Amino acid sequence: MTIKLMHHLFDPWRELSEYVRREPELARCAGAQCVFVGTMREMNQGAQVAHMMLEYYPGMTERELEKITQEARERWAVLESLIVHRVGEITPGEPIVLVAVWAVHRGDAFDACRYLMEVLKTRAPFWKKETLTSQEARWVIENSRGYA
Amino acid sequence: MTIRVLYFASLKERLGRVEDHLDAYAVRDVQEVWHRATGTPIPDGLVLVAVNQQYATFDTPVSDGDEVAFFPPVTGG
Repeated sequence: MTIKLMHHLFDPWRELSEYVRREPELARCAGAQCVFVGTMREMNQGAQVAHMMLEYYPGMTERELEKITQEARERWAVLESLIVHRVGEITPGEPIVLVAVWAVHRGDAFDACRYLMEVLKTRAPFWKKETLTSQEARWVIENSRGYA
Repeated sequence: MTIRVLYFASLKERLGRVEDHLDAYAVRDVQEVWHRATGTPIPDGLVLVAVNQQYATFDTPVSDGDEVAFFPPVTGG
């Protein structure tokens, strides 16, 4: 179980391969790995976004992500999980979040990964402030709903 | 004998500061912290609260040494 906050650009696929390399037994036990990568779009609510600032609450953000991870482990048979989240200045196309779950079977991997991502969106203390190409700055008021 | 009050995101900008320090004797719960620190009514549903980095409510009691944080709905991921 690993949680990382990154202040600079990260490569989600490299994070994954490094994680697996550090935990070689995982590949032999886990029959399923589910991965979600969220990236920053250049269009949001009808406007072109030049860049974005991701603020967080040092201490509570990590703690809340740990709590969410613990909840997922209580509900599903999770072998390992990895959450990587960007903070600070971000530009369109850059990854914001990586959530990966390893389990023996796919059902647990899919469901736990989805749970981590959806609950992160509603509970983890992060806030986005966009700067549009028009130079106007605005706070993102709320996240879109993951389930229609 | 103080309570540390933190503000984040749009709320921090609106209030024009990142934190306040209150006399712990003067406040019993989060609601009183809000009123004493900001001098404004509680915006309905637009402000979330945490006490010692755990989600709380406006009637959560507070005591000396606590860290109380106010922030808008979260938008990460």
